[in-house]
Amino acid sequence: MAFYVVQFLTGLASAASLFLVASGLSIIFGVTRIVNFAHGAFYMIGAYIAFTLTERLSGAFGFWGSIVLAALAVAVIGVIVEMVLLRRIYHAPELFQLLATFGLTLMVEDLVVLIWGPDDLVGRRAPGFRGAIDFFGQNIPSYDLFLIVLGPVVLGILWLLFQRTRWGVLVRAATQDRDMVAALGVNQKWLFTSVFAVGVFLAALGGALQIPRDAVHHAMDLRIIVEVFVVVVIGGLGSIVGAFVAAVLVSELNAFGILIFPKISIILVFLVMAAVLIVRPWGLFGKPEAAARKTPGLTVNPWRPLTSNERLAALAAFVVAAMLPLFAGNYLLTVGSEIAIFVIFAVSLHFLMSVGGLASFGHAAYFGLGAYGVAFLAKMAGLPMIVCLLLGPLLGCMGAAVFGFFAVQLSGVYFAMLTLAFAQIVWSIAFQWVSVTGGDNGILGIWPEKWAASPSHFYWLALGVAALVTVALRAMVFAPFGYALRATRDSLLRSEAIGIDAKRIQWTAFVIAGTTAGIGGALFAYLKGSVFPDNLGISLSVDALVMVLLGGVETVSGAVIGAIVYKALNIWLVSQTDLSKLVLGGFIMLIVVVFPKGIVGMLEMLAQRRRKSSPPGSPLLAKPIESAE
Amino acid sequence: MRARNYFVGAAFALLAGGMAHSALAQDIKIGEINSYSLLPAFTEPYRKGWQLAVEEINAAGGINGKKLVVISKDDGGKPADAQTAANELVSSEGVAMLAGTFLSNIGLAVSDFANQKKVFFLAAEPLTDAITWSKGNKYTFRLRPSNYMQAAMLVEAASKLPAKRWATIAPNYEYGQSAVAVFKKLMSEKRPDIQWVDEQWPPQGKIDAGPVVQAVAAANPEAILNVTFGADLVKLVREGNTRGLFKGREVVSFLTGEPEYLDPLKDETPEGWIVTGYPWYSIKTPEHDAFLKAYQAKYNDYPRLGSIVGYQTIKSAAAILAKAGSTDPEKLIAAAEGLSMPSPFGEITFRKIDHQSTLGAYVGKTALKDGKGVMVDSSYKKGADYLPSDAEVAKLRPKD
Repeated sequence: MAFYVVQFLTGLASAASLFLVASGLSIIFGVTRIVNFAHGAFYMIGAYIAFTLTERLSGAFGFWGSIVLAALAVAVIGVIVEMVLLRRIYHAPELFQLLATFGLTLMVEDLVVLIWGPDDLVGRRAPGFRGAIDFFGQNIPSYDLFLIVLGPVVLGILWLLFQRTRWGVLVRAATQDRDMVAALGVNQKWLFTSVFAVGVFLAALGGALQIPRDAVHHAMDLRIIVEVFVVVVIGGLGSIVGAFVAAVLVSELNAFGILIFPKISIILVFLVMAAVLIVRPWGLFGKPEAAARKTPGLTVNPWRPLTSNERLAALAAFVVAAMLPLFAGNYLLTVGSEIAIFVIFAVSLHFLMSVGGLASFGHAAYFGLGAYGVAFLAKMAGLPMIVCLLLGPLLGCMGAAVFGFFAVQLSGVYFAMLTLAFAQIVWSIAFQWVSVTGGDNGILGIWPEKWAASPSHFYWLALGVAALVTVALRAMVFAPFGYALRATRDSLLRSEAIGIDAKRIQWTAFVIAGTTAGIGGALFAYLKGSVFPDNLGISLSVDALVMVLLGGVETVSGAVIGAIVYKALNIWLVSQTDLSKLVLGGFIMLIVVVFPKGIVGMLEMLAQRRRKSSPPGSPLLAKPIESAE
Repeated sequence: MRARNYFVGAAFALLAGGMAHSALAQDIKIGEINSYSLLPAFTEPYRKGWQLAVEEINAAGGINGKKLVVISKDDGGKPADAQTAANELVSSEGVAMLAGTFLSNIGLAVSDFANQKKVFFLAAEPLTDAITWSKGNKYTFRLRPSNYMQAAMLVEAASKLPAKRWATIAPNYEYGQSAVAVFKKLMSEKRPDIQWVDEQWPPQGKIDAGPVVQAVAAANPEAILNVTFGADLVKLVREGNTRGLFKGREVVSFLTGEPEYLDPLKDETPEGWIVTGYPWYSIKTPEHDAFLKAYQAKYNDYPRLGSIVGYQTIKSAAAILAKAGSTDPEKLIAAAEGLSMPSPFGEITFRKIDHQSTLGAYVGKTALKDGKGVMVDSSYKKGADYLPSDAEVAKLRPKD
């Protein structure tokens, strides 16, 4: 019996650490609607700075002072980031801030290694909380007890802050309806900055408090960021109490789950999230999002098919690309094939995100399923390459059909997180089912047949398929189905009022996007000759998001350019410099500030402005931050 | 110094016209790939190791008179990116062979690439048994003692322990799974009386150490096998120490004696664990002394195991290239099979039967000395003594 009590308390201690970081993320998202990918980075910097300070300052006061000081210092960094970077892009399309914070995260990962060195750092134990307390023969670390108390205390302080102060009232009001708060004359700039500071402070505090139990290292951020997102979503975005309950739920399920299924930790949080979201689409304590008042920014540049000149230009670009084998060597051709494949992947997500308004955080699942489909057909059934390429993507199609059915019942970030959960579930199956998928050692030896084996032939194949896919998806945008899909994106209520079966349309779009991604994955398997669970992983999903956002989410085919720029730059930087993440992150942040509508979005806007020679400054750019949606 | 070299080079180029270019083309290039950005704690010392080797080789006149150049690429910890890098090295840089890699899945991806493109590949670090056995191919050789070999070395010591109830803690991926599987198999063969009472599989890099420690303690084992390393190991050790998990229990642990993983533990190093590792401070052989002296002179730092692996990878590659006298992959394979060479750990041989080197490892016990973790009572285990019989290996490995 004592054992179960202790296991429960241990779970509570884990929950407290998780809650600190999650609450910060929840507050930031609730008010600013920023999907703060850099939250893990702030957590990590908090730990690093606290490590440095605790090594310098001694004694109990030095230790605890260092923890608080580190959190404050990181909060100041957060304020600077918010004022210099994020403030400029609140008016950008939704999720664009994700791109900025992603760039920041990349930079931080390289910077901490440059500053603190590559070794894992082990900090001091907390003075007064070094040992353990005996509980009927079981030991409970006293630091755990400290954390167990701290969690609810922080929850209480936050509750008081939100319920009993004017600032808290404003934050709650902004969480519920930002436009109304702005209309009432509240200075949103400072409200956003202060909320961001508080959120970052909590993240850094969470990181700093890990010092006595963890090692400080440069991958801490990725270890926590996804889990924290999941906790926030399970609890309900913007709900602090929800974050607390979710943290406890997840930690306790893990603590007891490993007693029965020792391998459950790898997937547990995602299973819980999927289950919760299917039953309660807005998380445990979340409220349904209010219907959007206005169409998000899409009315500025009405979409239109390409003019005949533009068609010629696109055709010319394709011909030039097809002539690459005349002057490029094998390496460049293989890189070209890889880029073409990523174009397929990016346009498939773009179709879902831009046309359907459904941002998927787990799109790699269908890419990877396509790749695994090929691997199974080629290795187990021994089918010829062309058959594999045709049938392999069907696995992506089936995955999309099943998961899409559940996912399209939700919208916004909840949709995104449910797709992420499904992707992680698929990933863990590929990872764990060693006898079929080979686990993380993957499936090897899926090389193209002779007719496609030479780099130039494979390049032509990939390029041709990419062109075909792009044209087909574009055609679909301007077909009746595309109009219906755009209607569901722009106004669910109105589209349903005119008789569009919104869920079915969205589901169909999901399946189309998934199948297309599967085609990309099928080619990818042959390009690399092997398939790994990585092909389904979070980082690939994030790559796809970055490519779409970089190209411009409000454009018809911006993802093509986004994919080419991002992938080419990525491959080139990794090959040329050891600090590729630093440079790439810096580049992304620069793009975000200079091209707040993405590369293609910005070009289109410039072209349009020139055509009209209209009054200076588009309405979108001139729009003050107060009306940021 | 460097500016002067450029100047000299430029002068030669002017004098000899195209000759300078063709002279450069005669350099022997090795393409090296590793997870530099993902695993800097291991790969930084590794890089220093191979850089030292390159310097020594060229100072001694290069390979059959030709200068050795190593072109190094980062794979970011992703198999797909490792293949892109491998392709660049082979197709654009025209390297004579590929070398390196750390993670098992990346090693396998590059080995499959090498097999497909018919390029020689010397895997430095990946521990998976598959790379030389079930997924072995004729183009791939591996330097480090495999999972199987390290398990066999540990089993030798572990089977002498009186403990009968064993629990395992291992990261939930191929390395952890196969380490536990081999250890269990070999251990149960030697000691049929052993019971396996619990197993914990925390996700790699994400251990929730408190509940794991508690769960293991609840099974009340007499001994524990640990396969976690890096930050997971730190968390496990800290929780285990506080909760008294290791008190009165024997612990056998993979890799923990390597300075990369032992040094961060500082004064929290648990004592008396049986580990594989690299006690650079207590190895007293002429080969190692020479290496240690050169390393410390160049970097003013002590070597980690990664330094040894990096150093010996390039030394081995150079020896193979020198013996082959050619960069033709078939000749390189012929030269490498059965080739013996010196190493800081003594002479090693690349076996013909499975392309595994006989580099061994040190097995010893952890101890605390001046607030730091060290390995004591350590002894070198030759790799050749811990491999299965040739008949068994032949069964494990597909025919070329």
